Amino acid sequence: MNAQSEYVILHPRVVPYAHWCWALGVIILIGSGWQIYNQEPIFAFFTFPSWATIGLGSYESAERAHNDIGLAGALLWHFAAMWLLFISLTVFVIYGFVSGHFRKHFLPIWPSQVLADLLAALRGRLDHRLGVRNAVQKLLYVGALLLMLLMLWSGLVLWKPVQFEEIGVPLGNYEGARYVHFFGMAGIVLFIIVHVALTLLVPKVLPPMITGRARRSAVAVQAQGDA
Amino acid sequence: MTIEAKLRDGGLSQSDVVNLKRRLFLKRGLSLSALTLLSGCEITNTGPVDGFLRMISRMNDGVQAALFRPNKLARTFPESMVAPEFRFNAQYGADSVPTINPATWRLELAGAIANKQPWTLEELRALPQTSYVARHVCVEGWSMIGQWGGVPLRALLEKVGADLSAKYVMFRCDDPINYSSGWDVASALHPQTILCLTYAGRPIEPKFGAPMRLKSTVKLGFKQPKYITSIELTNDFRGGYWEDLGYNWFAGV
Repeated sequence: MNAQSEYVILHPRVVPYAHWCWALGVIILIGSGWQIYNQEPIFAFFTFPSWATIGLGSYESAERAHNDIGLAGALLWHFAAMWLLFISLTVFVIYGFVSGHFRKHFLPIWPSQVLADLLAALRGRLDHRLGVRNAVQKLLYVGALLLMLLMLWSGLVLWKPVQFEEIGVPLGNYEGARYVHFFGMAGIVLFIIVHVALTLLVPKVLPPMITGRARRSAVAVQAQGDA
Repeated sequence: MTIEAKLRDGGLSQSDVVNLKRRLFLKRGLSLSALTLLSGCEITNTGPVDGFLRMISRMNDGVQAALFRPNKLARTFPESMVAPEFRFNAQYGADSVPTINPATWRLELAGAIANKQPWTLEELRALPQTSYVARHVCVEGWSMIGQWGGVPLRALLEKVGADLSAKYVMFRCDDPINYSSGWDVASALHPQTILCLTYAGRPIEPKFGAPMRLKSTVKLGFKQPKYITSIELTNDFRGGYWEDLGYNWFAGV
Protein backbone atom coordinates (compact mmCIF):
# COMPACT_ATOMS: atom_id res chain seq x y z
CA MET A 1 0.00 0.00 0.00
CA ASN A 2 2.82 2.25 0.95
CA ALA A 3 4.60 1.58 -2.35
CA GLN A 4 1.45 2.56 -4.20
CA SER A 5 1.38 5.96 -2.68
CA GLU A 6 5.10 6.46 -3.07
CA TYR A 7 5.30 5.48 -6.74
CA VAL A 8 3.16 6.31 -9.73
CA ILE A 9 2.94 4.54 -13.06
CA LEU A 10 4.77 6.90 -15.40
CA HIS A 11 4.73 4.71 -18.51
CA PRO A 12 2.00 2.13 -19.12
CA ARG A 13 3.65 -1.28 -19.49
CA VAL A 14 3.46 -1.34 -23.30
CA VAL A 15 5.72 1.73 -23.56
CA PRO A 16 8.89 0.29 -21.99
CA TYR A 17 8.30 -3.05 -23.73
CA ALA A 18 7.98 -1.38 -27.11
CA HIS A 19 10.92 0.93 -26.38
CA TRP A 20 13.39 -1.87 -25.63
CA CYS A 21 12.13 -4.02 -28.51
CA TRP A 22 12.88 -1.07 -30.77
CA ALA A 23 16.27 -0.46 -29.16
CA LEU A 24 17.34 -4.06 -29.74
CA GLY A 25 15.62 -4.50 -33.10
CA VAL A 26 16.78 -1.21 -34.58
CA ILE A 27 20.41 -1.74 -33.53
CA ILE A 28 20.46 -5.21 -35.12
CA LEU A 29 18.72 -3.89 -38.22
CA ILE A 30 21.16 -0.98 -38.59
CA GLY A 31 24.24 -3.13 -38.00
CA SER A 32 23.17 -5.87 -40.40
CA GLY A 33 21.85 -3.27 -42.85
CA TRP A 34 25.29 -1.68 -43.01
CA GLN A 35 26.81 -5.06 -43.85
CA ILE A 36 24.18 -5.64 -46.56
CA TYR A 37 24.86 -2.12 -47.90
CA ASN A 38 28.60 -2.91 -48.11
CA GLN A 39 27.91 -5.75 -50.54
CA GLU A 40 26.56 -3.28 -53.11
CA PRO A 41 27.15 0.32 -51.95
CA ILE A 42 24.69 2.92 -53.22
CA PHE A 43 27.49 5.48 -53.08
CA ALA A 44 30.69 4.07 -54.56
CA PHE A 45 32.84 6.26 -52.32
CA PHE A 46 31.20 5.17 -49.07
CA THR A 47 31.08 1.87 -47.18
CA PHE A 48 30.63 1.14 -43.49
CA PRO A 49 33.61 -0.12 -41.43
CA SER A 50 33.07 -3.84 -40.99
CA TRP A 51 33.79 -3.68 -37.22
CA ALA A 52 30.58 -1.64 -36.87
CA THR A 53 28.41 -4.11 -38.77
CA ILE A 54 26.50 -7.18 -37.66
CA GLY A 55 26.42 -10.50 -39.48
CA LEU A 56 29.91 -10.73 -40.93
CA GLY A 57 31.49 -12.39 -37.91
CA SER A 58 34.87 -12.63 -39.56
CA TYR A 59 35.81 -13.14 -43.18
CA GLU A 60 37.09 -16.61 -42.27
CA SER A 61 33.91 -17.72 -40.49
CA ALA A 62 31.65 -16.14 -43.13
CA GLU A 63 33.48 -18.03 -45.84
CA ARG A 64 33.30 -21.25 -43.86
CA ALA A 65 29.59 -20.94 -43.02
CA HIS A 66 28.23 -19.15 -46.09
CA ASN A 67 30.98 -19.13 -48.73
CA ASP A 68 30.65 -15.34 -48.97
CA ILE A 69 31.99 -12.10 -47.49
CA GLY A 70 29.26 -11.53 -44.93
CA LEU A 71 26.04 -11.10 -46.90
CA ALA A 72 24.19 -14.26 -45.83
CA GLY A 73 24.89 -13.70 -42.13
CA ALA A 74 23.75 -10.09 -42.34
CA LEU A 75 20.59 -11.03 -44.24
CA LEU A 76 19.76 -13.71 -41.66
CA TRP A 77 20.06 -11.15 -38.83
CA HIS A 78 18.16 -8.49 -40.79
CA PHE A 79 15.19 -10.69 -41.65
CA ALA A 80 15.01 -12.02 -38.08
CA ALA A 81 15.20 -8.60 -36.38
CA MET A 82 12.57 -7.19 -38.75
CA TRP A 83 9.98 -9.22 -36.84
CA LEU A 84 10.98 -7.59 -33.57
CA LEU A 85 10.42 -4.16 -35.11
CA PHE A 86 7.34 -5.14 -37.09
CA ILE A 87 5.49 -6.67 -34.13
CA SER A 88 6.43 -4.03 -31.53
CA LEU A 89 5.70 -1.18 -33.93
CA THR A 90 2.32 -2.61 -34.93
CA VAL A 91 1.29 -3.23 -31.32
CA PHE A 92 2.45 0.23 -30.25
CA VAL A 93 0.78 2.13 -33.10
CA ILE A 94 -2.53 0.34 -32.49
CA TYR A 95 -2.18 0.98 -28.74
CA GLY A 96 -1.27 4.63 -29.37
CA PHE A 97 -4.41 5.30 -31.36
CA VAL A 98 -6.83 3.16 -29.36
CA SER A 99 -5.73 4.28 -25.88
CA GLY A 100 -5.37 7.94 -26.77
CA HIS A 101 -1.65 7.84 -25.93
CA PHE A 102 -0.72 9.72 -29.12
CA ARG A 103 -3.42 12.34 -28.65
CA LYS A 104 -2.54 12.86 -25.00
CA HIS A 105 1.25 12.84 -25.12
CA PHE A 106 2.38 13.57 -28.67
CA LEU A 107 -0.16 15.99 -30.11
CA PRO A 108 -0.52 18.78 -30.91
CA ILE A 109 2.98 19.96 -31.78
CA TRP A 110 2.99 23.71 -32.46
CA PRO A 111 6.04 25.06 -34.34
CA SER A 112 6.14 28.14 -32.09
CA GLN A 113 6.24 25.91 -29.02
CA VAL A 114 9.01 23.75 -30.56
CA LEU A 115 11.06 26.87 -31.21
CA ALA A 116 10.48 28.28 -27.71
CA ASP A 117 11.36 24.97 -26.03
CA LEU A 118 14.40 24.49 -28.25
CA LEU A 119 15.75 27.94 -27.38
CA ALA A 120 15.05 27.34 -23.69
CA ALA A 121 16.84 23.98 -23.85
CA LEU A 122 19.86 25.53 -25.57
CA ARG A 123 20.05 28.15 -22.82
CA GLY A 124 19.82 25.35 -20.26
CA ARG A 125 16.58 26.72 -18.91
CA LEU A 126 14.15 24.04 -20.06
CA ASP A 127 12.51 22.52 -17.03
CA HIS A 128 12.49 18.73 -17.33
CA ARG A 129 9.78 17.16 -15.24
CA LEU A 130 9.03 13.46 -15.51
CA GLY A 131 5.72 12.76 -17.15
CA VAL A 132 5.63 15.89 -19.26
CA ARG A 133 7.02 15.93 -22.79
CA ASN A 134 8.12 19.30 -24.09
CA ALA A 135 7.48 20.24 -27.70
CA VAL A 136 11.01 19.31 -28.86
CA GLN A 137 10.66 15.86 -27.30
CA LYS A 138 7.25 15.38 -28.89
CA LEU A 139 8.67 16.31 -32.29
CA LEU A 140 11.64 13.93 -31.86
CA TYR A 141 9.49 11.01 -30.71
CA VAL A 142 6.86 11.46 -33.40
CA GLY A 143 9.69 11.86 -35.94
CA ALA A 144 11.35 8.63 -34.78
CA LEU A 145 8.04 6.77 -34.94
CA LEU A 146 7.36 8.04 -38.44
CA LEU A 147 10.92 7.15 -39.51
CA MET A 148 10.47 3.60 -38.24
CA LEU A 149 7.21 3.34 -40.18
CA LEU A 150 9.01 4.68 -43.28
CA MET A 151 11.71 2.02 -42.82
CA LEU A 152 9.04 -0.65 -42.55
CA TRP A 153 7.36 0.66 -45.71
CA SER A 154 10.54 0.93 -47.79
CA GLY A 155 11.76 -2.36 -46.33
CA LEU A 156 8.62 -4.14 -47.54
CA VAL A 157 9.17 -2.68 -51.02
CA LEU A 158 12.81 -3.88 -51.08
CA TRP A 159 11.82 -7.31 -49.80
CA LYS A 160 8.91 -7.76 -52.22
CA PRO A 161 9.12 -5.26 -55.09
CA VAL A 162 6.72 -7.38 -57.17
CA GLN A 163 4.20 -8.64 -54.59
CA PHE A 164 4.06 -5.17 -52.97
CA GLU A 165 4.49 -3.24 -56.21
CA GLU A 166 1.50 -0.98 -55.49
CA ILE A 167 2.97 0.47 -52.28
CA GLY A 168 6.35 0.84 -54.00
CA VAL A 169 5.18 3.40 -56.54
CA PRO A 170 5.25 6.45 -54.19
CA LEU A 171 8.81 5.56 -53.16
CA GLY A 172 10.10 5.19 -56.72
CA ASN A 173 9.83 1.38 -56.73
CA TYR A 174 12.79 -0.86 -55.97
CA GLU A 175 15.61 1.53 -56.82
CA GLY A 176 13.88 4.50 -55.16
CA ALA A 177 13.17 2.46 -52.04
CA ARG A 178 16.91 1.74 -51.69
CA TYR A 179 17.54 5.47 -51.25
CA VAL A 180 14.55 5.94 -48.93
CA HIS A 181 15.72 3.00 -46.82
CA PHE A 182 19.26 4.42 -46.67
CA PHE A 183 18.33 7.98 -45.71
CA GLY A 184 15.65 6.76 -43.30
CA MET A 185 18.40 4.78 -41.58
CA ALA A 186 20.56 7.91 -41.45
CA GLY A 187 17.67 9.79 -39.80
CA ILE A 188 17.23 7.08 -37.18
CA VAL A 189 20.96 7.06 -36.43
CA LEU A 190 20.77 10.85 -35.89
CA PHE A 191 17.78 10.39 -33.60
CA ILE A 192 19.61 7.74 -31.57
CA ILE A 193 22.62 10.04 -31.12
CA VAL A 194 20.43 12.93 -29.89
CA HIS A 195 18.22 10.62 -27.81
CA VAL A 196 21.15 8.95 -26.02
CA ALA A 197 22.93 12.28 -25.50
CA LEU A 198 19.81 13.81 -23.92
CA THR A 199 19.34 10.76 -21.70
CA LEU A 200 22.92 11.11 -20.50
CA LEU A 201 22.21 14.78 -19.69
CA VAL A 202 19.02 13.93 -17.79
CA PRO A 203 19.65 10.38 -16.52
CA LYS A 204 16.62 10.38 -14.19
CA VAL A 205 14.40 9.59 -17.19
CA LEU A 206 16.08 6.20 -17.68
CA PRO A 207 14.82 4.12 -14.70
CA PRO A 208 11.13 4.81 -15.45
CA MET A 209 11.70 3.58 -19.03
CA ILE A 210 12.83 0.28 -17.50
CA THR A 211 10.38 -0.15 -14.61
CA GLY A 212 7.56 2.01 -15.90
CA ARG A 213 7.34 3.64 -12.44
CA ALA A 214 8.71 6.79 -10.84
CA ARG A 215 8.64 8.35 -7.38
CA ARG A 216 5.54 10.43 -6.95
CA SER A 217 7.65 13.33 -5.70
CA ALA A 218 9.68 13.36 -8.94
CA VAL A 219 6.71 13.41 -11.27
CA ALA A 220 4.98 16.52 -12.55
CA VAL A 221 1.63 17.08 -10.83
CA GLN A 222 -0.38 16.96 -14.04
CA ALA A 223 1.10 13.53 -14.89
CA GLN A 224 0.32 11.92 -11.53
CA GLY A 225 -2.43 9.39 -11.73
CA ASP A 226 -1.89 9.39 -15.47
CA ALA A 227 -1.33 6.06 -17.15
CA MET B 1 62.28 10.21 -40.67
CA THR B 2 59.36 7.95 -39.86
CA ILE B 3 59.78 4.55 -38.26
CA GLU B 4 58.40 3.00 -41.42
CA ALA B 5 61.15 4.65 -43.49
CA LYS B 6 63.84 3.57 -41.00
CA LEU B 7 62.45 0.02 -41.09
CA ARG B 8 62.77 0.05 -44.83
CA ASP B 9 66.22 1.62 -45.03
CA GLY B 10 67.68 0.15 -41.85
CA GLY B 11 69.09 2.24 -39.00
CA LEU B 12 66.48 1.55 -36.30
CA SER B 13 67.63 2.78 -32.90
CA GLN B 14 66.85 1.25 -29.49
CA SER B 15 64.18 3.88 -28.82
CA ASP B 16 62.56 3.21 -32.20
CA VAL B 17 62.19 -0.45 -31.28
CA VAL B 18 60.62 0.45 -27.94
CA ASN B 19 58.33 2.81 -29.79
CA LEU B 20 57.30 0.07 -32.20
CA LYS B 21 56.67 -2.34 -29.34
CA ARG B 22 54.42 0.24 -27.69
CA ARG B 23 52.51 0.74 -30.91
CA LEU B 24 51.99 -2.98 -31.36
CA PHE B 25 50.87 -3.31 -27.76
CA LEU B 26 48.33 -0.51 -28.20
CA LYS B 27 47.10 -1.99 -31.45
CA ARG B 28 46.65 -5.43 -29.89
CA GLY B 29 44.87 -3.89 -26.94
CA LEU B 30 42.51 -2.09 -29.27
CA SER B 31 41.79 -5.18 -31.35
CA LEU B 32 41.21 -7.16 -28.19
CA SER B 33 38.72 -4.64 -26.82
CA ALA B 34 37.07 -4.43 -30.22
CA LEU B 35 36.71 -8.21 -30.18
CA THR B 36 35.14 -8.16 -26.72
CA LEU B 37 32.80 -5.44 -27.86
CA LEU B 38 31.87 -7.38 -30.95
CA SER B 39 31.63 -10.79 -29.35
CA GLY B 40 27.94 -10.55 -30.09
CA CYS B 41 28.80 -10.42 -33.77
CA GLU B 42 31.56 -13.02 -33.72
CA ILE B 43 28.95 -15.56 -32.61
CA THR B 44 27.15 -14.96 -35.92
CA ASN B 45 28.52 -17.95 -37.76
CA THR B 46 28.61 -20.42 -34.87
CA GLY B 47 26.26 -23.39 -34.86
CA PRO B 48 23.49 -22.39 -32.41
CA VAL B 49 23.11 -18.77 -33.54
CA ASP B 50 23.35 -19.60 -37.23
CA GLY B 51 20.92 -22.47 -36.67
CA PHE B 52 18.43 -20.24 -34.88
CA LEU B 53 18.62 -17.55 -37.57
CA ARG B 54 18.19 -20.17 -40.30
CA MET B 55 15.12 -21.46 -38.48
CA ILE B 56 13.58 -17.97 -38.64
CA SER B 57 14.59 -17.82 -42.30
CA ARG B 58 12.61 -21.03 -42.91
CA MET B 59 9.66 -19.41 -41.12
CA ASN B 60 10.00 -16.47 -43.48
CA ASP B 61 9.70 -18.94 -46.38
CA GLY B 62 6.22 -19.79 -45.12
CA VAL B 63 5.28 -16.13 -44.81
CA GLN B 64 6.49 -15.48 -48.36
CA ALA B 65 4.55 -18.43 -49.74
CA ALA B 66 1.42 -17.01 -48.10
CA LEU B 67 2.10 -13.54 -49.54
CA PHE B 68 2.74 -14.89 -53.04
CA ARG B 69 0.15 -13.81 -55.61
CA PRO B 70 0.21 -16.44 -58.41
CA ASN B 71 -1.35 -14.18 -61.02
CA LYS B 72 0.35 -10.90 -60.11
CA LEU B 73 2.54 -9.93 -63.06
CA ALA B 74 5.68 -7.91 -62.46
CA ARG B 75 5.84 -4.50 -64.07
CA THR B 76 7.22 -4.54 -67.62
CA PHE B 77 9.10 -1.79 -69.43
CA PRO B 78 9.61 -0.54 -73.00
CA GLU B 79 12.37 -2.24 -75.00
CA SER B 80 14.33 1.02 -75.01
CA MET B 81 15.11 0.42 -71.33
CA VAL B 82 16.83 -2.94 -71.88
CA ALA B 83 20.46 -2.94 -70.73
CA PRO B 84 22.63 -3.71 -73.79
CA GLU B 85 25.32 -5.35 -71.66
CA PHE B 86 23.97 -7.21 -68.66
CA ARG B 87 25.96 -7.58 -65.45
CA PHE B 88 27.79 -10.88 -65.13
CA ASN B 89 27.53 -12.48 -61.69
CA ALA B 90 28.65 -15.96 -60.69
CA GLN B 91 30.68 -17.75 -58.05
CA TYR B 92 33.37 -18.33 -60.71
CA GLY B 93 34.97 -15.90 -63.14
CA ALA B 94 33.68 -15.13 -66.63
CA ASP B 95 36.71 -17.02 -68.00
CA SER B 96 35.63 -20.31 -66.41
CA VAL B 97 32.00 -20.39 -67.52
CA PRO B 98 31.04 -23.69 -69.12
CA THR B 99 30.68 -23.85 -72.89
CA ILE B 100 27.98 -26.38 -73.59
CA ASN B 101 27.51 -27.84 -77.05
CA PRO B 102 23.92 -26.91 -77.95
CA ALA B 103 23.66 -29.87 -80.34
CA THR B 104 24.32 -32.49 -77.67
CA TRP B 105 22.70 -30.63 -74.76
CA ARG B 106 19.61 -32.33 -73.31
CA LEU B 107 17.09 -31.29 -70.70
CA GLU B 108 16.46 -34.28 -68.44
CA LEU B 109 13.14 -34.63 -66.62
CA ALA B 110 12.81 -36.49 -63.35
CA GLY B 111 10.44 -37.19 -60.47
CA ALA B 112 6.65 -36.82 -60.65
CA ILE B 113 6.50 -36.36 -64.43
CA ALA B 114 4.60 -38.71 -66.77
CA ASN B 115 6.73 -38.31 -69.89
CA LYS B 116 10.41 -38.19 -68.91
CA GLN B 117 11.71 -38.11 -72.49
CA PRO B 118 14.69 -35.63 -72.54
CA TRP B 119 14.28 -32.45 -74.57
CA THR B 120 16.65 -31.08 -77.18
CA LEU B 121 17.22 -27.38 -77.73
CA GLU B 122 15.47 -27.55 -81.12
CA GLU B 123 12.39 -29.09 -79.51
CA LEU B 124 12.27 -26.31 -76.90
CA ARG B 125 12.64 -23.68 -79.61
CA ALA B 126 9.71 -25.24 -81.48
CA LEU B 127 7.34 -24.62 -78.53
CA PRO B 128 5.39 -21.33 -78.32
CA GLN B 129 7.74 -18.62 -77.05
CA THR B 130 7.11 -15.63 -74.85
CA SER B 131 9.25 -12.63 -73.91
CA TYR B 132 9.17 -9.68 -71.53
CA VAL B 133 11.19 -6.66 -70.44
CA ALA B 134 11.38 -6.62 -66.65
CA ARG B 135 13.59 -5.87 -63.66
CA HIS B 136 16.06 -8.44 -62.43
CA VAL B 137 16.76 -8.09 -58.68
CA CYS B 138 19.90 -9.52 -57.10
CA VAL B 139 20.16 -10.53 -53.43
CA GLU B 140 23.26 -8.29 -53.29
CA GLY B 141 21.05 -5.23 -53.76
CA TRP B 142 21.57 -4.29 -57.41
CA SER B 143 18.89 -4.49 -60.06
CA MET B 144 18.83 -4.19 -63.86
CA ILE B 145 16.26 -4.15 -66.61
CA GLY B 146 16.60 -6.79 -69.32
CA GLN B 147 14.63 -8.61 -71.99
CA TRP B 148 14.32 -12.37 -71.72
CA GLY B 149 12.53 -14.82 -73.98
CA GLY B 150 11.76 -18.51 -73.96
CA VAL B 151 9.22 -21.19 -73.06
CA PRO B 152 6.90 -20.64 -70.11
CA LEU B 153 7.86 -23.34 -67.61
CA ARG B 154 4.17 -23.98 -66.96
CA ALA B 155 3.61 -24.86 -70.63
CA LEU B 156 6.41 -27.43 -70.61
CA LEU B 157 5.34 -28.96 -67.28
CA GLU B 158 1.76 -29.33 -68.51
CA LYS B 159 2.94 -30.79 -71.81
CA VAL B 160 5.03 -33.52 -70.15
CA GLY B 161 2.32 -34.41 -67.66
CA ALA B 162 4.05 -33.14 -64.53
CA ASP B 163 2.19 -33.64 -61.25
CA LEU B 164 1.43 -29.99 -60.49
CA SER B 165 0.20 -30.91 -57.03
CA ALA B 166 3.79 -31.78 -56.10
CA LYS B 167 5.44 -29.34 -53.69
CA TYR B 168 8.85 -28.63 -55.16
CA VAL B 169 10.73 -28.22 -58.42
CA MET B 170 14.47 -28.84 -58.44
CA PHE B 171 16.76 -27.39 -61.08
CA ARG B 172 20.23 -28.87 -61.55
CA CYS B 173 23.03 -27.41 -63.63
CA ASP B 174 26.12 -28.42 -65.55
CA ASP B 175 28.65 -25.87 -64.29
CA PRO B 176 31.92 -25.92 -62.28
CA ILE B 177 30.13 -25.83 -58.89
CA ASN B 178 27.22 -28.21 -59.63
CA TYR B 179 24.81 -25.35 -59.05
CA SER B 180 21.24 -26.17 -58.14
CA SER B 181 18.12 -24.50 -56.78
CA GLY B 182 14.83 -25.77 -55.38
CA TRP B 183 11.57 -23.91 -55.95
CA ASP B 184 8.01 -23.98 -54.71
CA VAL B 185 5.68 -25.17 -57.49
CA ALA B 186 3.44 -22.07 -57.30
CA SER B 187 6.33 -19.77 -58.30
CA ALA B 188 7.38 -22.21 -61.02
CA LEU B 189 3.89 -21.96 -62.56
CA HIS B 190 3.92 -18.13 -62.58
CA PRO B 191 3.33 -16.80 -66.14
CA GLN B 192 6.66 -14.91 -66.08
CA THR B 193 8.72 -17.95 -65.08
CA ILE B 194 10.33 -19.18 -68.29
CA LEU B 195 12.97 -21.55 -69.60
CA CYS B 196 15.01 -18.74 -71.05
CA LEU B 197 16.67 -19.14 -74.44
CA THR B 198 17.18 -15.52 -75.56
CA TYR B 199 18.32 -12.15 -74.25
CA ALA B 200 17.33 -9.02 -76.18
CA GLY B 201 16.15 -11.25 -79.04
CA ARG B 202 19.42 -13.18 -79.45
CA PRO B 203 20.38 -16.61 -78.01
CA ILE B 204 21.75 -16.20 -74.49
CA GLU B 205 25.55 -16.08 -74.24
CA PRO B 206 27.61 -18.75 -72.42
CA LYS B 207 28.30 -16.43 -69.49
CA PHE B 208 24.56 -15.95 -68.95
CA GLY B 209 23.76 -19.66 -68.96
CA ALA B 210 23.67 -20.88 -72.58
CA PRO B 211 21.99 -22.83 -73.89
CA MET B 212 19.18 -22.59 -71.31
CA ARG B 213 18.66 -20.87 -67.98
CA LEU B 214 15.69 -20.19 -65.77
CA LYS B 215 14.30 -16.65 -65.76
CA SER B 216 11.56 -15.29 -63.54
CA THR B 217 10.21 -12.02 -62.24
CA VAL B 218 9.13 -13.48 -58.90
CA LYS B 219 12.47 -14.66 -57.50
CA LEU B 220 15.86 -13.13 -56.71
CA GLY B 221 18.63 -13.68 -59.26
CA PHE B 222 20.36 -16.55 -57.45
CA LYS B 223 17.15 -18.60 -57.70
CA GLN B 224 17.36 -18.45 -61.51
CA PRO B 225 20.03 -21.02 -62.38
CA LYS B 226 22.07 -21.05 -65.60
CA TYR B 227 23.22 -24.09 -67.63
CA ILE B 228 20.21 -26.14 -66.52
CA THR B 229 20.35 -29.82 -67.46
CA SER B 230 17.60 -31.32 -65.34
CA ILE B 231 14.22 -30.53 -63.81
CA GLU B 232 12.72 -32.69 -61.07
CA LEU B 233 9.22 -32.53 -59.57
CA THR B 234 9.13 -33.82 -56.00
CA ASN B 235 7.42 -33.67 -52.61
CA ASP B 236 10.76 -33.87 -50.79
CA PHE B 237 12.19 -30.53 -49.77
CA ARG B 238 15.11 -29.51 -51.96
CA GLY B 239 17.59 -26.80 -50.97
CA GLY B 240 20.13 -25.55 -53.43
CA TYR B 241 23.66 -24.21 -53.72
CA TRP B 242 23.22 -20.85 -51.94
CA GLU B 243 20.17 -22.01 -50.00
CA ASP B 244 22.23 -24.69 -48.25
CA LEU B 245 24.81 -22.02 -47.44
CA GLY B 246 22.28 -19.96 -45.49
CA TYR B 247 20.60 -17.80 -48.12
CA ASN B 248 16.84 -17.61 -47.82
CA TRP B 249 15.19 -20.52 -49.60
CA PHE B 250 11.99 -18.90 -50.93
CA ALA B 251 13.80 -15.70 -51.98
CA GLY B 252 10.70 -14.33 -53.69
CA VAL B 253 10.39 -10.72 -54.76
